[in-house]
Amino acid sequence: MSEKLTGAQIVLKALKDQGVGHIFGYPGGAVLPIYDEIFQQEDVEHILVRHEQGATHAAEGYARSTGKCGVVLVTSGPGATNAVTGLTDALMDSIPMVCITGQVATHLIGNDAFQEADTVGITRPCTKHNYLVKSVDDLARIIHEAFHVATSGRPGPVVIDIPKDIQFALGKYVKPETVRHKTYQPQIKGDMEAIKQAVDLIAGAKKPLFYTGGGVINSGPKASQLLREFVKLTGFPITSTLMGLGSYPSADAQWLGMLGMHGTYEANLAMHDCDVMINIGARFDDRITGLLEKFAPNSKKIHIDIDPSSINKNVMVDVGIVGDVAHVLEDMLRVYKSRSSEPDKAAMKKWWAEIEGWRARKCLAYTPDKKSIKPQYAVERLYELTKGKDTYITTEVGQHQMWAAQYYRFEDPNRWMTSGGLGTMGYGIPAAVGVQVAHPKSLVIDIAGEASVQMTMQELSTAVQYRLPIKIFILNNEYMGMVRQWQELLHGGRYSSSYSEALPDFVKLAEAYGATGIRAESPDELDDAIKKMIATDGPVIFDCIVTKDENCFPMIPSGAAHNEMLLADDQGLDVEVSDAGKAMV
Amino acid sequence: MSEEQPINTHTIAVLVDNEAGVLARVIGLFSGRGYNIDSLTVAEVNEDEHMSRITIVTTATPQVINQIKAQLQRLVPVHRVVDLTVETDSVERELALVKVAGKGNDRVEALRMSEAFRARVIDATPESFVFEITGNTAKIDAFIGLMVPLGLQEVSRTGVAAIARGPERM
Repeated sequence: MSEKLTGAQIVLKALKDQGVGHIFGYPGGAVLPIYDEIFQQEDVEHILVRHEQGATHAAEGYARSTGKCGVVLVTSGPGATNAVTGLTDALMDSIPMVCITGQVATHLIGNDAFQEADTVGITRPCTKHNYLVKSVDDLARIIHEAFHVATSGRPGPVVIDIPKDIQFALGKYVKPETVRHKTYQPQIKGDMEAIKQAVDLIAGAKKPLFYTGGGVINSGPKASQLLREFVKLTGFPITSTLMGLGSYPSADAQWLGMLGMHGTYEANLAMHDCDVMINIGARFDDRITGLLEKFAPNSKKIHIDIDPSSINKNVMVDVGIVGDVAHVLEDMLRVYKSRSSEPDKAAMKKWWAEIEGWRARKCLAYTPDKKSIKPQYAVERLYELTKGKDTYITTEVGQHQMWAAQYYRFEDPNRWMTSGGLGTMGYGIPAAVGVQVAHPKSLVIDIAGEASVQMTMQELSTAVQYRLPIKIFILNNEYMGMVRQWQELLHGGRYSSSYSEALPDFVKLAEAYGATGIRAESPDELDDAIKKMIATDGPVIFDCIVTKDENCFPMIPSGAAHNEMLLADDQGLDVEVSDAGKAMV
Repeated sequence: MSEEQPINTHTIAVLVDNEAGVLARVIGLFSGRGYNIDSLTVAEVNEDEHMSRITIVTTATPQVINQIKAQLQRLVPVHRVVDLTVETDSVERELALVKVAGKGNDRVEALRMSEAFRARVIDATPESFVFEITGNTAKIDAFIGLMVPLGLQEVSRTGVAAIARGPERM
């Protein structure tokens, strides 16, 4: 291509060639040339957020709900540092994101210029990769490379730091197809020998369990479909991490619910007692394993992961398979079918009988209340009144997040957006904004807590500006509930700084933003209020006043094993936690 | 879980694109994840393709060593990672400059020792020597140990450079 373009023009042309429809951003001095180009075109729509952290979470919601790459544009210095939380969040949860940051002009770098920050230095540990563009002729190649790195292999965030003089300079444009990375080539197909070994283990299993994670969802709809086929074919039980909810339908009888710290009794006991564990796209996170020494002590473990460093990181496995979930499952299914061996029927019958015994404990049962709305009840009603609709759920972080994971039911992938690894309070509203931008006609609900929601409340203004009818469903217990619960469990009930003092009137707050506010204070008015929220044609804050001291059960206290769960109906929180357990987060 | 695993020292060679920040990525990986660095050397080794070779000596359990290799391999500008300790038979060398000051018998003894270790004198004054010594880490440690009572002043070491034996390239 002989024609020369400015750096800013190259950015827009590259984004267009990458198929980017929306970017989330906030302007500033060091990105003005790019904003000027955005102004003069119509292919890429810019969504103006109210804080750069909001842009990153919106991009995450957009990416998670579509499978596409989320794109962020922020200025230098504080623009970039404000994006760090969202970048880290995307790294922990493997969300594909490209974040373009402005930088001071090349000759000023290192001089402590106005709004200068060492963005590549600051973001190095919180991105999958990052670039500082030093020549305009590298710019197009770097942008295409960034999209390739962000979306392939284990997805993650990539930062491109572009000095302002580069945005003005004239340079050559190259198309995406001319770019091939010389070192970065993730392994997609699994090793056939390992797959055969895994199938041998699966075929001989007497107490098998599928343990699936966010990797199934990242692998795409085909992976969820193959997983369903495999689970049906084997008749094995299946559980999932927080990040994997939706890859297997919760309505199915083989579904045991979520596992882990607040997972179901049946999922955690099945995990503890299984003889063959089939981990598909999950990473043995500490929230899942509990005490490592007592984690599934009698099991052979199979682990499918696209990231080789995930295998044998926390838990040593018997068969590790590096590859993309959909590709590996396809091969695994083929090998399994070709063996034409049925699972051990007698053993499976016995295993399921054991599981049914655990299920009979009804670990998610809670004591209903006539006067006050139980938070579990609120989520149950929200689910009942929205099921069958085209619904997407986001959350903040804390008790409400766990109740959402336990009581809302997911049938399909990409419908559930939550901050799993980093646990970022304030994720939910901007994520809902991003989801709604991608799915303008769908019902997008942020199941929130009154504390988290105040961390990024300003993004309601973004929703109002772009007519994004997101619903912010606040379970308002006037506490940072999970902090309060841990203080009750570990710190003698001394509720240090966990009470939400001086709360705003959320109904009036909604109105101040030009949105609708709805409040429900008793169970008998809840259904009508939820129906009114759904029917409202615009953003809503729903202030759901719930029981203040409700705890989230079941719970594996930190430092305990899967078979040492606390249930709501027996001892409550009246247990001794070891000093080692107390030290865990 | 890894408490009962043995702790071993490994020498890992990493071939990387010689681009800005690549060393910071590698060092940040070690510090961020709490891995040890016993020694680290880096220099460009292929000018045409702008590739550098980083040699890292690290001490850890086998599980952590495998993690270190997988994490290094995951960095985008990394071409190859080879564990020279387990994957190959390799040779290792390190160079040290050792300054010793003293007079009389100590000075004579230092010079005599340097000859035994095949160290070279690269600077001398009436009351000091700077020795250049090359060898594996253990040899250099031994030499420095012997210099302590003879007036050792300071030491500058390069860290380990290592390469596999035989005709194959990395």
